[in-house]
Amino acid sequence: MIAYILRSLAQAVMVMLAVALLAFSMFRFVGDPVANMVGQEASVAERAELAERLGLNDPFPVQFFHFVRDMTRGEFGMSYRQGRPVKDLLAERVPATVELALLSSLFALVFGIALGVYAAINRRGVLANAAMSLSLIGVSLPTFLIGIGLIYLFAVELRWLPSFGRGEVTRFGWWSTGLLTETGRKSLIMPVLTLGFFQLTLIMRLVRAEMLEALRTDYVKFARARGIPERSISFRHALRNTMIPVVTIAGLQFGSVIAFAIVTETVFQWPGLGALFVQAVQFVDIPVMAAYLMFVALVFVVVNLSVDLLYFALDPRLRGTTAAPAR
Amino acid sequence: MRKLSILTVVAALALTAAAADARTVKWARGADALTLDPHGQNEGPTLAFNNQVYETLIARDNANKLIPGLALSWRLADPTTWEFKLRPGVKFHGGEDFTADDVVFSYQRALAPTSDYKGYLANTKEIVKVDNLTVQIKTNGPNPLVPDNLTSVFIMSKAWAEKHNAVKPQDFKNKEENYAVRNANGTGPFVLVSREPDVRTVVKRNEAYWGRKEVPLEITELVLTTIKQDATRVAALLSGEVDVVQDVPVQDIERLKSSPNLRVTEGPENRTIFFGFDVGSKELASSDVKGKNPFADVRVRQAVNAAINRQAIQRVVMRGQAVPAGTIAPPFVNGYKKAFDNISPPDIAKAKGLLAAAGYPNGFSVTLHCPNDRYLNDEAICQAAVGMLGQIGIKINLVSQSKSLHFPTLQNLKSDFYLLGWGVPTYDSDYIFSYLYHTRTGTYGGWNSTRYSNPEIDKLIESISSETDTAKRNATIATIWDKLIAEQVYVAIHHQMLAHAMKGDIDVPVRPDNIIFFKHVAFKKS
Amino acid sequence: MRAPTPQAERFSARLARAWDSDVAWSFRHSPVAIIAAVVVLVLLLGAVLAPWIAPQNAFDAASLNLMDGFTRPGEPSAVTGRVFLLGTDDQGRDMLSAILYGSRVSLLVGFASVVFSIVIGVSLGLMAGYLGGRTDAFIMRIADIQLSFPAILIALLVFGVARGLIKPQYHEQAAIIVLIVAIGLSNWASYARTVRGSTLVEKNKDYVMSARVMGRSAFAIMGRHVLPNVTGPVLVIATINLALAIIAESTLSFLGVGVPPTQPSLGTLIRVGQQFLFSGEWWILFYPALDLVLLALSINLLGDWLRDALNPKLR
Repeated sequence: MIAYILRSLAQAVMVMLAVALLAFSMFRFVGDPVANMVGQEASVAERAELAERLGLNDPFPVQFFHFVRDMTRGEFGMSYRQGRPVKDLLAERVPATVELALLSSLFALVFGIALGVYAAINRRGVLANAAMSLSLIGVSLPTFLIGIGLIYLFAVELRWLPSFGRGEVTRFGWWSTGLLTETGRKSLIMPVLTLGFFQLTLIMRLVRAEMLEALRTDYVKFARARGIPERSISFRHALRNTMIPVVTIAGLQFGSVIAFAIVTETVFQWPGLGALFVQAVQFVDIPVMAAYLMFVALVFVVVNLSVDLLYFALDPRLRGTTAAPAR
Repeated sequence: MRKLSILTVVAALALTAAAADARTVKWARGADALTLDPHGQNEGPTLAFNNQVYETLIARDNANKLIPGLALSWRLADPTTWEFKLRPGVKFHGGEDFTADDVVFSYQRALAPTSDYKGYLANTKEIVKVDNLTVQIKTNGPNPLVPDNLTSVFIMSKAWAEKHNAVKPQDFKNKEENYAVRNANGTGPFVLVSREPDVRTVVKRNEAYWGRKEVPLEITELVLTTIKQDATRVAALLSGEVDVVQDVPVQDIERLKSSPNLRVTEGPENRTIFFGFDVGSKELASSDVKGKNPFADVRVRQAVNAAINRQAIQRVVMRGQAVPAGTIAPPFVNGYKKAFDNISPPDIAKAKGLLAAAGYPNGFSVTLHCPNDRYLNDEAICQAAVGMLGQIGIKINLVSQSKSLHFPTLQNLKSDFYLLGWGVPTYDSDYIFSYLYHTRTGTYGGWNSTRYSNPEIDKLIESISSETDTAKRNATIATIWDKLIAEQVYVAIHHQMLAHAMKGDIDVPVRPDNIIFFKHVAFKKS
Repeated sequence: MRAPTPQAERFSARLARAWDSDVAWSFRHSPVAIIAAVVVLVLLLGAVLAPWIAPQNAFDAASLNLMDGFTRPGEPSAVTGRVFLLGTDDQGRDMLSAILYGSRVSLLVGFASVVFSIVIGVSLGLMAGYLGGRTDAFIMRIADIQLSFPAILIALLVFGVARGLIKPQYHEQAAIIVLIVAIGLSNWASYARTVRGSTLVEKNKDYVMSARVMGRSAFAIMGRHVLPNVTGPVLVIATINLALAIIAESTLSFLGVGVPPTQPSLGTLIRVGQQFLFSGEWWILFYPALDLVLLALSINLLGDWLRDALNPKLR
């Protein structure tokens, strides 16, 4: 059992190290770290001195070790473009992105499950088929077009919803939320719809498939034979069995939702990490790019690890053996 | 949780109770101020924002007349000495008293090598504190323009700058940073509350403002929001999320004018948009012509000039919000002549002939650098130019990027061919000459990215800043323009026209300097 | 022509049978697939033949006349009197030509990046499956990491890095290649997984063993045997990835990190058109968006159909 947990942990650390290596290479080989710090008028001696002080003359493994050490302390360096510690930039923008991603996931989960169940139960219904076709259109519609369409309809033509930003936010220490003010809530609607739509179609298709699978199992057939009402079978038996993979997938997708927010945040000028990242790419602001990469990787690793451990806790078969990871 | 929401409600009620005379104004722009360092970047949106927080000794009213700012009065003590009597009882936001020391410090700071405001103080010999409220500026030779120049040089607190190690201005083009870049301590009507670059910057009313009795100062909080996308910015105004849009996209003016409850103000800006050439390098880095520089030949520059269809740009790209221009002097400027803007229609045949005569019958290729978030439709103007120059065989590789990349490119002399707009806060040709035509040395030529260097012109430019005889001075200005027009170092496109859009209870005029002084806003009662 | 090995013959026969009977039959009986195929074909032909059928060379700035700017759909040019079927954009560019040329860029980037990711994915998959051990673990771990990061993030990273490495004056020329590499690099893992699985099955079969004993390049032989096996799944993944790649390209161009506005792709056209959402020039945004959605939707529908057709169990 300890072996299993240790293995999961070791894998997580390996992934983080791999991503850190990538981030480090970006730092080291893209752009000139010295030029970025002293400007172009600096003399050769000044440059050499700085290179020495920055440890750029150390062997590669030593440099990488220092890099990882700084990363674990949250020291991502200074943004080339804004000249502020990247740490502060991230901290400012994490709440906006996390709030958006959480609400989008919740929205996708609730409506995805509802529509998926409906589509599974009424397999041949008109509405069910419409929902399924819609899901295919959803996959083919670029996120930014959905955003533009929503802005045009709800902000420009109907003028019901704000077209950009977070509205007013309430601050609790370093955290901030838009949920406690009316403008904040209104501002969340369109970005959440836009970001959640793709996940929604994914979950809907998954729920439908899993439900259909579950409804075919012996155990449901048996329940049916016992005369248990169809409604009860659908919800009590079939859906319950469906939930574990669905919630797992939704959890695993959380990292992608955060990364996917890049596009949504740009369209709605949402002051989150994604918008920061796009800007960083345009300005080749390597420290911000690297830190964002590390952040997303961390979210992935943490989510994956929790899912692994959760499976371990839920599935007795995994206990006592040094079984392969749950996936 | 329950407790929390009750608290929020109470807080909200308290806010509404105070709202009778409290009003937040949300101010949207297409791009943010580049820095808050008062001497870091001499650029429109940066000046427009810093003017809310910082002040100058002398200001301008809406009719461009000089009015007292932090100086109550000024006079020419002797031909080379200007004396300023400072306003007593003024305090900085941090509580420091405003004295002559701050003025001396600020001007010396503005003269530092990293400052972008050196040009305003060109020719300064020394800055002297006479007493706590008197300052003298001594110049090398007489300089009649000192008061006009000072309308753009902000005063900051000496004690504050020293305390926070911000004595030297930020070196913007080399991406340097200091405390003053995101903090501010001025004497202005608004106090900086928070700054998130490119997102929002919040200032609140300076309750201790010295001019409380002279200006309405009804805005209690002013929020500058950057909304890059044109459509989103306009949508934000239409849906009521913002109160004032300073950069109204030309395509949306009509729509906004027809909206009830909105006001649109329009007017010319004291600014000309133009292309600049690298005329000084031996070879253009981005061109397929090697071993020589096509732009060094005046005929090539004239060919570009002849190929540009200014009327088409004015009608289609600018939808009428521009006045086609023949030189880079806006009509507001002393030294401007109507004849400058007599432009002949585009002549492709003539342009091709000039190119052939210069030895490029088949044209050549070159990179054009263009900002995409600074001037009205800047990127579209460049695109149009790509087509027009394509017709005479000049193949353009267009690089359009954000102004925060574009400007350092120009200042670091990394461009062969570029778009720039130049406003003239001093209303005098001297400012154009010394920033854009004078050889880049010391306080001169700060934005001359053309490498143009003509000792004769330099001498003439230096002579006008110390010429007190107005008639003689204007004659020299006319001579300089005549020579420069023949040189065609720049190809002017147009003088820009502006529109601001705002909610009906606000009325801010378009000033030629494109600065909104929010302290003057008095809400209209409907 | 070399004489095919019996195994290869069997495989190709099986493949031919599948194409003849099952897939073709399924295609004939799926109106959705037929319509989707027709739409894709039309759009594809339009893109490929753009230089010959487009009224104007949309990428030649010199051929545009600014005075034609913002012409409404169906109205004639102020200069030449020629009618612009879908109107013009802010530069006087004929929208129909812009879309034909723009989808050319989008499809070029789409196809090239898919080919790029197939090449990477298939070779890495073969290598992982055949060599096994540490190589396998290493490659598959990287594939796992790649799969868990959304394509758009990886593409943006590659783009940012490339921008840092390439001199600014070459950014424009390199834009399309950078896009292809960026999108290609973000989509190879699913091919690698499929091919690896199939390689593991083949690896221990007799013919590989004997080839190895005879000192022939077992690797090459395997490749030849594995590849026909995975054609179906790879084709399905490739189709879906093509739609994804086209969307990724337009998203990157929309974010302003794609192709330059002087040679607009569909995404760039949409980014430009968005500015005119209010002023009534809807066609500058609408037609490119419509073209993009039709293209992506039809390719997705084809991919869906192909997956079902090749996997009868799922129907």
